[in-house]
Amino acid sequence: MSEKKVFLILQDTEDSRPIIEAVGADNPHVSIQRQPGMVRMEATQSLRINRETVEEKVGRDWDVQELHLNLVSLSGHVDEEDDYFELHW
Amino acid sequence: MAIEISSKQIEPIRHTYDYVARRIGEGRPGSRYQEATFDIQPTANFQYPSSYAPKYALFDPARTAIVMEDWYAFLDPRQYYYSAYTVARAKQQEVVEKNFAFVESKNLLTNLPDDIKTVIRKVLIPLRHVEWAGNMNNCSITDVGYGTAITQATLFHAIDKLGIAQYLTRISLILEENEETGLDAAKQAWLEDEMWQPLRRAVEDMFVLDDWFELLVAQNVVLDGLLYPLVYGEIVDDLMVRGAMSLAMLTEFMREWQKEAERWTSAIVKAACLESKANAAQVSTWTRVWTDRLSDALEPIACAAFDPVPTQPAPATKRNLGRLFSKSEDQCTRSVDSLSVTAVSQVRVALLERLQKQGLKLAEVA
Repeated sequence: MSEKKVFLILQDTEDSRPIIEAVGADNPHVSIQRQPGMVRMEATQSLRINRETVEEKVGRDWDVQELHLNLVSLSGHVDEEDDYFELHW
Repeated sequence: MAIEISSKQIEPIRHTYDYVARRIGEGRPGSRYQEATFDIQPTANFQYPSSYAPKYALFDPARTAIVMEDWYAFLDPRQYYYSAYTVARAKQQEVVEKNFAFVESKNLLTNLPDDIKTVIRKVLIPLRHVEWAGNMNNCSITDVGYGTAITQATLFHAIDKLGIAQYLTRISLILEENEETGLDAAKQAWLEDEMWQPLRRAVEDMFVLDDWFELLVAQNVVLDGLLYPLVYGEIVDDLMVRGAMSLAMLTEFMREWQKEAERWTSAIVKAACLESKANAAQVSTWTRVWTDRLSDALEPIACAAFDPVPTQPAPATKRNLGRLFSKSEDQCTRSVDSLSVTAVSQVRVALLERLQKQGLKLAEVA
């Protein structure tokens, strides 16, 4: 079970870029794969997006729900709060 | 027949432009902000020096006492380049327009009590001239400043200043039911009323500052850093408690704008101070000088808002508007613990504390 992977796939757009950077910064174990038109972020066990980190990258207030504008697919149990979005098994 | 669609991944040879890759490292996509900012400033082939400043090259980092190894250390935390800036402002503009339409349709400004209208006329409307000065000053920084990171942000600032001046103008037009009497009276006050002269003299002195970084500190860091919290914070809050909710709606943009501008000015001060002790000392001196001067200049304005001399309530008809700004009469009563003195010292302390956190050494230049 411990080897199970969660993933998050976003469209490869300018809006996703700060989110992808934030995921990279906050999840040292993540593997980021750039595919045609989309970016796949994969990690064992869990993957977390912190609002604060994205805000730092994007330079303005950022609502966690803005994630869904660029979301293609995901797998894992979703834990979504005002301050973070987490996937885990 | 079955068709098999397979996708083939093509690795892009470059992820961004070379000049961006040199700064952020190969193999990473650059952001639009980085692509529109890094190294855009022309640095060579200045064979025609300007006739009005022959000792400087066309774009010359030596036009300021601030010395930077890399002028792109002044990155804008808001990451404003043309598109991000216009999209952000368009969204805000929509909200402001709705607020204006609402206030106008319900006569929320024209129905305010006379004493509040007097404060709006005396304190708020003449500020359009200060905003215009802010536009001039930011255009001037954009002209002689060095490094796109700074000059693109100051040009956006210049445009914002015009926008804010226009909002103030519209508030006056609503208040006077589309007559320009309020604007004329405010201009007269700006030119002649004693309460405005220290501030007018200060911004006019800024017009002729030689060092553009000093101008940036004086205008964007200090003047805006004191004026906006004082007027759109303290004074508008006070009027709001007295019933002028509509005014708070119409000036909400200014308050939002200041919060956003603070992030940028803090980053500028921080980057300059990080670079060298000499820069930190220079920026600290400028900050100290302009904060002292401008907080003194703002006191009569705060005083007119918070501690006006109780006068016979004159009905503010179009004809006697001019009399509100008569030169001779004492405009307000002030003592060490009066509301206006407290308000000015509060915004001053808040500004200096924020700047000290960015690395200013204010105690050393006191």
